Amino acid sequence: MNHLTIHNHQTIALEDIPRMAYADFYDLNTGWIKNSEHCHCVNYFGHRTGKDLLLICCVADDATGSIYVSAHPTNGHTPLESMTAVAPCYERFERELHENFGIPMVNHPWLKPVRYPHHRADQTQTMDTYPFYSIDSEELHEVGVGPIHAGIIEPGHFRFICNGEQILHLEIQLGYQHRGIEALMVKNKNLLRRATLAEAIAGDTAIGHTTTFCNVWESLSQWEPTPDVVYARTLALELERMAIHTGDLSAVCTDVAYQLGSSVLGRLRTPIVNFMQEWGGNRLGKGFVRPGQCVFPFTSQLSDRLTTIFTEYERDFNEIMDEIFQLPSALSRFERTGVVSTEDARAIGAVGMVARTCGIARDIRATHPTGLYTTLAHAPIVKHHGDVYARVSLRREEIAQSMAYVREWMNTIPESSLHTEPAQRLQPNAFTLSLTEGWRGEICHCAITDDNGDLATYKIKDPSFHNWMALALAVRNNEISDFPICNKSFNLSYAGHDL
Amino acid sequence: MLSLVLIFIASLFFTGIVIRTKSLASGRKGPGVMQPLYDVVRLFRKGSVYSPTTTVIFQVAPTVYFASVVMAILLLPMGQMPGVLSFDGDFIFFAYILALGKFFNIIAALDTGSSFQGMGASREALFSMFAEPAFFILMGSMALLTGHTSFHDIFAELHLGSTINYALAGLASFVLVMIAMIENSRMPIDDPKTHLELTMVHEVMILDNSGFDLGLITAAGYLKFAMYGTLIVNLFVGSTDPQYAIPLFFAIQALMAVSVGLIESFMARFRMSHNAQFIVALSSVALLIFFGVLLVLNKLV
Repeated sequence: MNHLTIHNHQTIALEDIPRMAYADFYDLNTGWIKNSEHCHCVNYFGHRTGKDLLLICCVADDATGSIYVSAHPTNGHTPLESMTAVAPCYERFERELHENFGIPMVNHPWLKPVRYPHHRADQTQTMDTYPFYSIDSEELHEVGVGPIHAGIIEPGHFRFICNGEQILHLEIQLGYQHRGIEALMVKNKNLLRRATLAEAIAGDTAIGHTTTFCNVWESLSQWEPTPDVVYARTLALELERMAIHTGDLSAVCTDVAYQLGSSVLGRLRTPIVNFMQEWGGNRLGKGFVRPGQCVFPFTSQLSDRLTTIFTEYERDFNEIMDEIFQLPSALSRFERTGVVSTEDARAIGAVGMVARTCGIARDIRATHPTGLYTTLAHAPIVKHHGDVYARVSLRREEIAQSMAYVREWMNTIPESSLHTEPAQRLQPNAFTLSLTEGWRGEICHCAITDDNGDLATYKIKDPSFHNWMALALAVRNNEISDFPICNKSFNLSYAGHDL
Repeated sequence: MLSLVLIFIASLFFTGIVIRTKSLASGRKGPGVMQPLYDVVRLFRKGSVYSPTTTVIFQVAPTVYFASVVMAILLLPMGQMPGVLSFDGDFIFFAYILALGKFFNIIAALDTGSSFQGMGASREALFSMFAEPAFFILMGSMALLTGHTSFHDIFAELHLGSTINYALAGLASFVLVMIAMIENSRMPIDDPKTHLELTMVHEVMILDNSGFDLGLITAAGYLKFAMYGTLIVNLFVGSTDPQYAIPLFFAIQALMAVSVGLIESFMARFRMSHNAQFIVALSSVALLIFFGVLLVLNKLV
């Protein structure tokens, strides 16, 4: 046994993570990816103490529900052989390590900057000098879109290489939303501020990210969440999934100019988010999840209210979705548009919704369940074609599934209990990893504490970190006019990637 | 002269009706019918911004485009009243004066040097090129049927005496409505409401135009819709007296605006590559009219 096997949000001593020579580290971590289709990298990051750098790689195994952790101590100057050539899912992680710590990665395809963090190793790298892949051809042309977009989406630059209307290559340059959240998490000593920061990682996944943060925090401070805390968070997580999926379906309709679908689904998102407002005072679930407490317990009055909302929602939702799935003009836009093959999705380590539309049953709720999900026997919905149609129908079915879960849970509402604040003091020199299935996919937060029991490193990984590459692959050989619908069908997070 | 006045009046609220229909269909109240007009007035009060890469072409193009549409409108008759200008072969002049305006718009888009506008220009050029045969086969068949080559003579001669003529007029209005949709960049060819530059056709071509210039292009768009509506009205009005012809004119224009609004509410737009197929298919409908005319004239052996 030369690695450590842990389960979802388990706290271990930092020194228990086996440190090994890079050759072993390389073989171990590429081996899992190569040999098992159930393994995928959930986080690979560096922990700096003084001049020493500890690379920690966490690989989740969907078959066994465990997480394999291994580490390699280095100094940041020694060249390391890139794992990307053998396991492409490490590509962006290695770029990130190179950008943050200046580690020379040998034989990496192209060590492009990821997000231009403030304390990057090479300060000469700036947004203006991003090394785009370019062409020297009379026939092909390049189209640059963003970072300022016509809609109300976040900033990101898309560089297309096209042959007429056909996209040959898309490169996505992100980093415009970088706020230094990981550094702020460590710097801010106030727990409430940290929770608020977690909410801001990706505004549309406030519940998902804050729940993950709380799980990390509570595990580090050995605070066992009571049933009502787990209950409220899980319920809110599923409501968030429903609300965002509904909004995304509306946006997909807008992009194909189907006004009826766009306005009906846009309206249907409102009762769900308004219910969140009623319950927790904010439509997007801000201020809802706090470490070590249940700020807004779920009551039977709320349950009655939600039951009524669901009844009305379900009727209209099914009607409009039936309408969309029978509309030839809409179907012709969805079918065979923006296809991601199963092989590609597996190679890049796609997670969450994107993986599930490509025939990969990857869902933390089923493979690494905690809380209410342990008793649920969740069966992930899987689609096989990897096109826009698959992503639309997956959303539809996931909404129905979430609604069924919430309805079932509403039958037994746990008693509200009084809570003591969790110990502000965390376990010293400890490591925790927490995975949560947000609506986009698996959210992974890792925390390492120092000798005094304060955060030394906080690493956040939004599912978009893996999945942006899926979008770049999906649009190849599609028409450039179909890019917006592809983009919207993924609806990846810029802020979550840029941190 | 009558047609000129009527087209100007109809253009004032045509787009307003389309937008209002779409709003009502999606359960919203929507802006007033005159809102598009206010928008143009607002744009007319503003100055234009020119990018340093553009030349004089970019600055004159909106004016040429607007002028070409007004020029085309001058040719249109209304029932028995001829247009301001009327001569043999004026329907060819009509098509090419519109093409001239479009040509200026396209080279102005290329003048900006933006990859977006180039994309829009190439799409617009392609789609109007495909729409051209449909228009000429249609008008050519009408000319063959009546033995005249000017709008006024053709429509004055066009008697909807027999059933087959009604069928032909029905097909002709379908072709004209669709040409109007293509030329005005409406659904299902183009989505005028979208904010996504990559999927636009007409809107992306005029992305750099602002203020007064944008006002001219927008106003020309309103006029163009009413203009194609008038062509359809003429198919049916024929030799009807003005007191019936004028209400009929507004009724048909309003009907057309409402149907455009309904189409845009209840279907998704085409995938870009399907547009070309769809537009070419219009030419085959026009060919059907042509064979119908041959049948009527007993020229089909």
